[in-house]
Order: sequence, then structure tokens, then C-alpha cells
Amino acid sequence: MNSAGIVTASYIAATVLFILALGGLSNQETARRGNWYGIIGMAIALVATILGVVTQHYTLLFIALLIGGSVGLVLARRVQMTQMPELVAILHSLVGLAAVLVGFANFMDHSTVLHGAEATIHDIETYLGVLIGAVTFSGSVIAFGKLSGRIGGKPMILPARHWLNLVLLLGSIWFGIEFVEQSAAGGGTWPLLLMTLIALAFGVHMVMAIGGADMPVVVSMLNSYSGWAASATGFMLSNDLLIVTGALVGSSGAILSYIMCRAMNRKFLAVIAGGFGTGGGTTAAGGEEEGEVQPIQSEETAELLANAKEVMIVPGYGMAVAQAQHTVYEITKVLREKGVNVRFGIHPVAGRMPGHMNVLLAEARVPYDIVFEMDEVNEDFPDVDVSVVIGANDIVNPDAQEKPDSPIAGMPVLEVWKGGTTIVLKRSMATGYAGVGNPLFFKENTRMLFGDAKDTLDAVLKTL
Amino acid sequence: MKIGVPRESHPGERRVATTPEDASQLMKLGYGVVVQSDAGAKASFSDDAYRAAGCEIAGSSRDIYDQCDIVLKVRAPEGDELGMLRSGQTLISFVWPAQNPDLLETLTQRGVTALAMDSIPRISRAQKMDALSSMANIAGYRAVVEAAQHFGRFFTGQITAAGKIPPAKVLVIGAGVAGLAAIGAAKSMGAIVRAFDTRPEVKEQVESMDAEFLMLDFEEEDGSGEGGYAKVMSKEFIEAEMALFAEQAEDVDIIITTALIPGKPAPRLITADMVESMKDGSVIVDLAAEQGGNCELTEPGQVTMKEGVTLIGYTDLPSRLAAQSSQLYGTNLRHLLTDMTPEKDGKLVVDMEDEAVRGATICIGGETTWPPPAPKLSAAPKAAEPAPAPVPKPEKKRSAAGPLIVMALGGLALFGMGAVAPPSFMAHFTVFVLACFVGYMVIWNVTPALHTPLMSVTNAISSIIVIGALLQISSGSSLIMWIAGFTVLITSINIAGGFAVTRRMLEMFRK
Repeated sequence: MNSAGIVTASYIAATVLFILALGGLSNQETARRGNWYGIIGMAIALVATILGVVTQHYTLLFIALLIGGSVGLVLARRVQMTQMPELVAILHSLVGLAAVLVGFANFMDHSTVLHGAEATIHDIETYLGVLIGAVTFSGSVIAFGKLSGRIGGKPMILPARHWLNLVLLLGSIWFGIEFVEQSAAGGGTWPLLLMTLIALAFGVHMVMAIGGADMPVVVSMLNSYSGWAASATGFMLSNDLLIVTGALVGSSGAILSYIMCRAMNRKFLAVIAGGFGTGGGTTAAGGEEEGEVQPIQSEETAELLANAKEVMIVPGYGMAVAQAQHTVYEITKVLREKGVNVRFGIHPVAGRMPGHMNVLLAEARVPYDIVFEMDEVNEDFPDVDVSVVIGANDIVNPDAQEKPDSPIAGMPVLEVWKGGTTIVLKRSMATGYAGVGNPLFFKENTRMLFGDAKDTLDAVLKTL
Repeated sequence: MKIGVPRESHPGERRVATTPEDASQLMKLGYGVVVQSDAGAKASFSDDAYRAAGCEIAGSSRDIYDQCDIVLKVRAPEGDELGMLRSGQTLISFVWPAQNPDLLETLTQRGVTALAMDSIPRISRAQKMDALSSMANIAGYRAVVEAAQHFGRFFTGQITAAGKIPPAKVLVIGAGVAGLAAIGAAKSMGAIVRAFDTRPEVKEQVESMDAEFLMLDFEEEDGSGEGGYAKVMSKEFIEAEMALFAEQAEDVDIIITTALIPGKPAPRLITADMVESMKDGSVIVDLAAEQGGNCELTEPGQVTMKEGVTLIGYTDLPSRLAAQSSQLYGTNLRHLLTDMTPEKDGKLVVDMEDEAVRGATICIGGETTWPPPAPKLSAAPKAAEPAPAPVPKPEKKRSAAGPLIVMALGGLALFGMGAVAPPSFMAHFTVFVLACFVGYMVIWNVTPALHTPLMSVTNAISSIIVIGALLQISSGSSLIMWIAGFTVLITSINIAGGFAVTRRMLEMFRK
């Protein structure tokens, strides 16, 4: 039997299943089936490879699979939904590390000997695979640290950091040329090792320089990198399954980064260059929009909500921090039973990774058909009686539309101020990530409900 | 400190300066509250309700003036009440110091600290204590109710089996708080509403209430005066205005006039001729009757019938909606007292640095402090200095050459690569490029709500890199074997973890 042919056929099947898995995510009904397609695809690829290619060391293989699989399952079960970004970041780092290790192992394996252009291309592929893998690895580890609070969220700005990056880039190109030359002569270990170190340093430096507000972009960007790393490894091993899967993941992450950047009105390169939240923020924090805020009590809030017909809830990450999403859902349930049309308006960057807020709301059992994207509901605000902004700031800042010189000018925002009354739940009058004041708080139809979101919402629920 | 609320002594006054609900709020500020018996009776607040809220009930007004440090009233004290006020006592009520200089003099001489609710400045911070707006709002609403009472037809248009009923046409002159309230009330009863105001900036507010804003065919003149009120207009403007009213008078069924200029008699807007030209059965409600009336024929405080037109000149419209007015006025007072009790310890602090308190305080410690310095800000910002027109950035014309150049370069690079690379590489490269496009198409279809599951599932499938390790694990070199083994371990964490957490998340999404 032609085992190589069967393996290839299985890979084709796996490729198709992976594409179906991603396609299934186009809506909630098909998403679960899509996930199963992914699992089946992965199983087919693994079984075919183990049966068709692996010839010895089965014990090691199965022990590794078993340990790794159990650790993964435990992680998946234990993780809090608020910690999803951290989990995703650390999983990215594993893909990066794997790419580095496979690259090194491949380099050390001299069983196949190539010549001429083929050898050169193969060396470049190996080099690129290790490079991207190493950047992904160290970048993801730092992102994990930042997201989990082990490393401060403030961007670390080294002097002359752009020059430093340039030097690192030139260094890796130089070592690349060295590596290809020496590898042809049978050596090349040193250039490869040094480049790996440079790439690791580059990954650390890149993510350290990015501020907390840009974390959604970083996470999706690293997602993209892990894909490209897999793809580069695929080229190195001449394996189409890896190439295709890597390309799928890579473009997925790239699109997510693009969506995130657009939602924050930031240029991708500017995010990578880092330092958001330190440059422009301070200038705009000036006091010219001093006004009087009008506070409100929980009881009045409950009354307003109960008498409204259309309620829009705009959650931000602050809601998740206060663990208020379950109370929010209880309030939603009570109001909907009273015939109030409660909907949720989600800004693309609400939360700390793309789609994070949707997952948090889903965890609180909020039905997904009342959760809408910003573009779906922004037109409806003039008909909304009461908007409730919970722990969000920059994403509802009217300055983004009204003040062309504001640091967040042009960023798409939820136009809550066009509704009847806006209730803003907030701990204090502090600014958001962007460090700019928010004139929404001073609008005539805005009421501020100060205090811990969970406590105040519990009080609202009680009154209802 | 003790707060006293005497019964209003003015004949016909039905309002009361605090409601049981507001009284309980005042007690939370540390005050004791004493209410004269039957003070709220005409506004439907019984003594029992006050008692239930924790108030003391006093038999006579003298008891209140004797034992309380702060007296809350609606109307300014008159007659006996003035005699009962004592030095050091604080009085909060409407005073109208401009119209009643004698009263102001008396209050000053008695050493009373008097805060006039009508003198609260029109700044946004003080909106919650702006009793004039509260009362104007009620007057506007009540004006429509009174008009409907005297108007012999429906407000709303109907098509019935017996024939078609045209909707009533209402003209509201002056779109201040009262005017806007009248517009809202008339509109919700189904009438066609038109409104006129000399201040162009209210056009938007009028139109937002679905009423028609009448524009004058006249070169721009802004009628906005200080503090968001109207000012006296030029002679030419007034002539054009009068022509408009004359034309409208023949057409509309109901005219509600609310035009007032602070410190001036009400402008004469509706002449006897105009009244005569109106259809029989029409109604005019003159909210400015107390200040002389916007209509020539109005008699203050009276309903009269002239030329077949009912002229309503009530000057006590808020009092005719006593429960509502008392509630709003009481809340205005409570907000003022909250601001003046910073420590919530029942001690009143008259902070003359506070713009709102400064504006309201007309006399303190035997000295007259009225009129206050001009407020810093107008409530409705003047349409002043047009912002320097932003220099339009010359928009970069997207030349068709850009993408072409990129494509040409890309094509050249591709050819260059094809020239040197071996065919096997080009085959893989084809797959790679196609996969990128497939990914692009598929991912844009993913709903944004599922972006987090998308990331975790792409994470899981990117661990397909495990294939690389599997290819190496059977190597003869033990170093490679161990490296590959470790790679299998970490990627399988990823595979299991990625898929499992995706599943867990997707399970949570429910309808």
C-alpha cells in the first residue's frame, strides 16, 4: 500500500476540515459543529502521521501526548473567562516555541542532503521559521505577563528604541546571510543561535513597548505570528498541511489585528511602534471641559430603567473587573419580563481581546441574540430611552467625533449621548486608557452612578 | 437646625414648599422638619403623610417662625409673616427683589438671611435648583390644559364615520421652558403646533419636538440676551414679527404667549386687531399676564371673552397644578439645601463663593447683596466667535497608479523568485498564497461576537506544527528525539487546551 499517498490524502482531509472549522464560526449555531470539524481534522492528521511516518520511540511519543493533552484539558477547564486573553497568549507562546524547536531539530538532522538553490531556500526557510517562532514565543510570554498583571501595563519606552529595533533587524539579516553561507559548508550553528537570541530580545522589546490599551491588537497580532511560524515550518518540511493551516491562522490573526486597529482608529505600524497612552494623553487632560456632573442613586436608576421601553447596555472591561456581569444579566431578565427591550451594544475593543466581551456576557448566560455589535446599534440610539454604560470610558467619548484635535479623534464610538438618558457607572472620574477626559459625563442627559459596579447594580436589582 | 414649612397665606395659593418625600430627604441631611398643619392640604399632602415621613406638625405659623432656623416658603412672606421673621433666621422662597424693593428693604432691616429662588443663576450646575424653570414647565403644560378646557373642539384630527375633524392649530410664542412644555403638551394631544422665538438657537429644540419653527423673513438678528433669556429687539424686527403674528392669527385656533424679557414689561405682541381677526371660539392663553400681558386685551387673573375669543390671563397656573408644582419646587429646595449642607450634619452654610448660593442670596446680616455680580456663563452658549474654519486638508487623490505599481512590483518579485527557485518550492508557494486567500475570505465571514473562540480555535489548529515534531521523533539522534518529544508535549497542551476551551466558550453562547 502507498502509505505516503494515504498520509497526503489524510492531510487534504484535515485541511478541508480546518477550513470548515473556521467557516463554522460565521454564526453561533454552526460554531459548535465547526469546532468538532477542527478536532476531527486534527485527529486525522495526527493518526495518519503517527501510523504512516513514525517508526520508533512510540513510548516517548504517547507519554508526551498524554501529559500535554491532560495539562491542556485541565487548563481549559480551570481558566476564568476574564483570563482568556492570558490563556490565549500563553498558548501562542507554545506554538512559537514549537516552531523554534522544530527548526533547530531540522537543522541538526542531516539525513537529507540538498544542493544549490534548493539548499539555500531550505536554509532560508529554516532561518525564517526559527526567527518568527522566537519572536512569537518571547512576545507572547511578555503579553501573558502583562495581561495577567505580572508585568506592569505601562509601556516601557527605551531611548532610541526605533534605532534599536533597526539594529536588531539588520543583525538578523546579517546573521541570516552568514547562516546560509556557513550552512552550505556544514556549519551555521552559531549564526542560528545568535539570531534566536536577537529574535527573542526583539519579541520582548516589541511587546514591552506597547501600552495596555493596545493589548487586543497585540494578542491578535501574536495569533497571526504563530500562524506564520507554522507556515514557515511547513515550507521547511515541505509539508502543505502546515503551510495551509499556518496561512489560515496567519491571515485570521492579521484580519483581527486590522479590525482592532480600525476600532481604535490606530495605524497598525503605530501600535507596533508602541507607546500609546503616554504621548498625546497628557495634553488633553486639561481642565477646559470642567462642568458639573449630576450624580444619581441606585433607586432612581431602577425607576428610570423600569419606566423605559428601550434600554441599551454598553459594557466595558470595568464590568468584568467588578464581576458585575451576572447582576447585569439578572437586571436584564427582570426588565425583559416587564416588557422592556434590553439590548447590549458591544464596541469591538471592549474587553482585552477581540470578542472578549461577548464571551463574558455569554458566560453570564446573556442570550447572544440581544447582544449586538457597535455598527448594528449605533443608528438606534436616538430611540433608546436609557443607556447604561458600565465600566467603559473611551468607547463612549463624544470627543472622538466632535473634537478633531483629540487624541482619539476619528475612533468609532457608541453614540450613547444621542439617547434619552445615559447612566454611567464608574468608580471615579478618572480617565480611560487613552488618558483623555470624557465630556459625556458632563452632558445634560447624563447621570453618574458612582461606586463599585457590582454593589450599585445589586442595589438596582433589589429595587427592581 | 430646624426647618419650618408654614402654610402659604396668599389667597388662592395651593402650593407647599416641601412634600413628605422631600422632607424625609431633608432629615437625612441632619435637619428636623416642622410643618404647619394643613400646609399641604390643597396640594393633596395630608398631615398624616408628613407625620409618617417623620415631620413634626405645628399648629400655627407663629410656632414655626419661633422655633425654626430655616423657613421654606413658596411665595414671599407678606403681612403678619414679615413681623414674625427674626434676625439670624434664613428664609428661602420666591422674592422677586427687582419688583418688590420694599420687601427686600424690610428683609434686610430685619437681619434675615434671604435666598430668592427666582434669583438662582442660570448656570448648568444650578439647573437642579432652578425653580423658575420647574414652574415655567408646569405653567406651559397647564396653559395647554386651560386652552383645551375653553376650546370647543378636539385638538387631534380624526376621520370618523360622521366626517373629518381637522386638528387644532396652536401657535406658541416664545420657546423658553414654558413654551417648550406647551409645545410638548399640545403636540401630544394631537394638535398642529407652530412656534416662534427671537432666539434662533432654539429652532433646533422646537424642531426636535416635532413642531414647526416659524422663521422671520428678516436679516439675521440674534435675540439672545444675557443668561439665556431674550432681549429687546430692533424696531424693524418687531414690525416684521408683528406682520407674521397678524398673518398667523387668522389661521390658528389657539395662541399661547410666553414672551418675557427679564426686568422689562412683557412685550405687546398680539394687538386688539389680531384678536378680532381670529376665528370665533379661538383661545389665547397669556402666560405673561402678570407682567402686563403679551396680548393687549388680557386681564390678569381673569378669563374674559372678547370678539368671540376666550382670553385666559391666569397668573397662578403652577398653583393650579399644586401637587406637581409642590413636588418640583420642594425638590429644587432640597437640592439647594443639599449643596448648602456640605457636611450633612444639619448645619446650613451660606457659602458666598458658591455661584448658585451667591446669586440667590439677596440679603444677609443686615446687608443687601442684590443684585449679584453677573453670572460667568450663559446657560445657552452664545453662538459667539465662529470657530476658525478648519483648513480642509487637500485630500490626497488616490491615483490609479498606486495599486498598479504595487501589483507590478509584486509580479516582478514573483517572476524573479520563479526564475531561481526550484519547482517544488513554487508548488508549495502556490498552496501558501491560495491558502492566504481562502483564510481571508473565511475569516471576514466570522461574526465579531465569536472572535475570541476564533482565536482559541486558530490557536489549536496552528499546533498542527506537531506534525513537524512527529516527523523528527523517530530520528536516530537521541538529542533530536528528545527535542521532538518535548515539542510534542507542548503542542499537545495547545491542541487539547485550544479545542477544549473553544468548546467550553461555544457551549455558553445560548439564545
